[in-house]
Amino acid sequence: MEPVLTTLAPFLTTLAADVAEPAGLLPARQQMALSLGWHIVLACFGVALPTIIAVVHWRGAFRGDQGALLLAKRWGKVSAVLFAIGAVSGTVLGFEMGLLWPGLMGTFGDVVGLAFAFEGLSFFVEAIFLGMYLYAWGRMDPRHQFWMLVPMAVSGISGTFFILSVNAWMNAPVGFDIVDGEVVNIDPWAVFTNDQVWMQFLHMWLAAFMVAGFAVAAVYAAGMLKGRRDRHHRLGFMVPFAFATVAALMQPFVGHLLGLRVAETQPAKLAAFELALETESPSPLRLGGIVVDGEVVGSIDIPVLGSVIARNSFTEPVQGLDTIPVEDQPPVNVVHLAFQTMIGIGSLFVLVVLAYWGARWRGRDLLENRWFLRAVVACAPLSVVALQAGWIATEVGRQPWVVYGVMRTNEAAGDNPGLWWLLGATTVVYTGLTIGAVLVLRSMARRWRDGEEDLPSPYGPEPGDAEVEPAGTGAAR
Amino acid sequence: MSLELVVAAVMFTGVLAYAVLGGADFGSGFFDLTAGGDREGAALRTRIDHSIGPVWEANHVWLIFVLVTWWSAFPRAFAAAMDTLILPLLLALLGIVLRGSAFAFRKYAATLGQARFFGVVFAGSSLVTPFFLGATAGAIASGRVPLDGRDGVWSSWLTPTSVIGGLVAVGTCIFLAGCFLVADARRGGEDELAETLRRRTLVVGLVTGLVVFAGLLPLRADAPTLWDGLTGRALPLVLVAFVAGLATLGLLLVRRYALARLTAVVAVASVVSGWGVGQLPWLLVDEVTVADAAGATATLQGLLVAFGLAAVLVLPPLVYLLRLTQTEQWSRPSH
Repeated sequence: MEPVLTTLAPFLTTLAADVAEPAGLLPARQQMALSLGWHIVLACFGVALPTIIAVVHWRGAFRGDQGALLLAKRWGKVSAVLFAIGAVSGTVLGFEMGLLWPGLMGTFGDVVGLAFAFEGLSFFVEAIFLGMYLYAWGRMDPRHQFWMLVPMAVSGISGTFFILSVNAWMNAPVGFDIVDGEVVNIDPWAVFTNDQVWMQFLHMWLAAFMVAGFAVAAVYAAGMLKGRRDRHHRLGFMVPFAFATVAALMQPFVGHLLGLRVAETQPAKLAAFELALETESPSPLRLGGIVVDGEVVGSIDIPVLGSVIARNSFTEPVQGLDTIPVEDQPPVNVVHLAFQTMIGIGSLFVLVVLAYWGARWRGRDLLENRWFLRAVVACAPLSVVALQAGWIATEVGRQPWVVYGVMRTNEAAGDNPGLWWLLGATTVVYTGLTIGAVLVLRSMARRWRDGEEDLPSPYGPEPGDAEVEPAGTGAAR
Repeated sequence: MSLELVVAAVMFTGVLAYAVLGGADFGSGFFDLTAGGDREGAALRTRIDHSIGPVWEANHVWLIFVLVTWWSAFPRAFAAAMDTLILPLLLALLGIVLRGSAFAFRKYAATLGQARFFGVVFAGSSLVTPFFLGATAGAIASGRVPLDGRDGVWSSWLTPTSVIGGLVAVGTCIFLAGCFLVADARRGGEDELAETLRRRTLVVGLVTGLVVFAGLLPLRADAPTLWDGLTGRALPLVLVAFVAGLATLGLLLVRRYALARLTAVVAVASVVSGWGVGQLPWLLVDEVTVADAAGATATLQGLLVAFGLAAVLVLPPLVYLLRLTQTEQWSRPSH
């Protein structure tokens, strides 16, 4: 993600060049991009893994499939690590809302606060039942243990909804009036019913299943590429791949419906998505291309298709950026490229999943095909790229507004140049966390391959030494 | 009681829950750090992992609860505190991040060397975090957070009150953790470990008691408003803290661990509520009162709905989880 940030920086600096810019603006932006971009990947696992685990756990507990139960146990241990760093990086965001954007939280804290409160509630429920689920192995009947996953899955859904309602509110603010510069008539419940919330929620929820589904499936696809072709790998592949399939096939429809709204609510964002510098009717679909000195260079234009996709019409135009005052325009190149990256990867996913199920329908098993397995392995990082690109498209596309049409991002930022230090420190810490997580997850996988099911106590003595189990002393009770 | 006072009281209940439940988790870091080498420390470290593993994530959410309630109910005071207290808050946050991740990493570390590294990070950051959260509380309680404009990024918290606040927070966390771990070890049948923990907890308890009560004296000059509250309205709580603290030490001496755990919670809860009651009616001492800091009424009412839902949806499973961890079955080690 670092390269994304560094390429983003020059665009972001030019953004509000002619407006007075507080010293805390640029570092706050970068900080938010780094910490949110990092957290959102883990959040996907937090949202989708309980449901995916529930399927294998159910097979194991209610159908006596020991192999499935083993998968549930292993995925549960993986989720313990991912949830832990997801929880702490989520806390970081909680602090950052106040530290980086005092103008936003000081002014609108009581408008959007309730949505955060409900999201916090959801997370509370998930954390409690996660503790129970993880520590219940060997202490609780697996059939009883299964029910611990249900509140986790439900709170994953509700948490996504509530946090997305805040973002949707930033795109389509409701629930307050501004009279003489004061925020009045606050209705915090209106945040949940703003125009965008349902589609944005669905879009993100599906994305979570794409990321988690492809990531887990990719692990087992990689195993099959190395010749490990047992039932364990097939089941470990199929369950998450099925979730990823449903999500990948539904996502284009949801994305399309969401895009249609953008034409009405944020024309500048749509114009940047479509690289529409001028209003053309009907509008073409521009593949690739960037704006250099006010001209589109290097794009492939497909006539009329832009109007069809963005407006559901053969004639309605995409409103051009020339109709938007310069100071209200987002950085068009970043938005356009990020948007097309997302769409491109999403289309690729549709091809991959259709190829598998189509072949299977005709009696061919693509799991025997090395190229297909490689493609699935590639889908895991690509799903993360698509996720990041989608967020960059919508967030940078909303600029220069933090709350669309109401508050500019430079009004939300504080005047604190020291934030650059914070950004440096955060980069170091998050790099360390990433290395730690990778080390630990790889070590878990290696031990499992070596047949160590119960990982030894990491607190010493060295594995292999005659271990004095504390349980031994328990016999004296 | 007015609406904003009710919301402030619930928010403070979150502070209390975090101080007691999260505090016990944080305090475990001290015992982990001082457990000794790999071999002799293994039993204690395994015990700590069992004791806080199932609950630390849930206990951590109290902090998020407090943050969210604060910015929803009292947005301007929240922004002001975040602005001025950016340094101690960031240092606390760093501790929170390193502690949670290192704890999870250690459990599944690849080698003993890695486990040792993650263990030190976990234990060290467990001590750093309460100190800076306590220092933050000290800055607010001594009236050093202005409502408008950032002021004293360093001077607001490098003060006697903040240092005392930090030390009190660290001490109470360790004391609580000691009392919980002793009881857990006894229930898990690790009598030898329980004896070691008992001795250490007694020492920690004495030191913490001294810090808490000796620490009151400098407040008179450094935090006069808080001092007036502590010697006036909050005096009964200060006395309860004293009595409960002494009782805990006595119960530890006679090995009544289950009861000692209870009195330790009472002692720490009274210390923390003493601070809360002592600084009333101020939210940011000498700057803005709870009543004046309150945001929109509709939001305060909405928060009451959220609190009601939390009482129905969160508390029963939380109590169930905490009860599970206190059962014989969950106390014995597994894998």
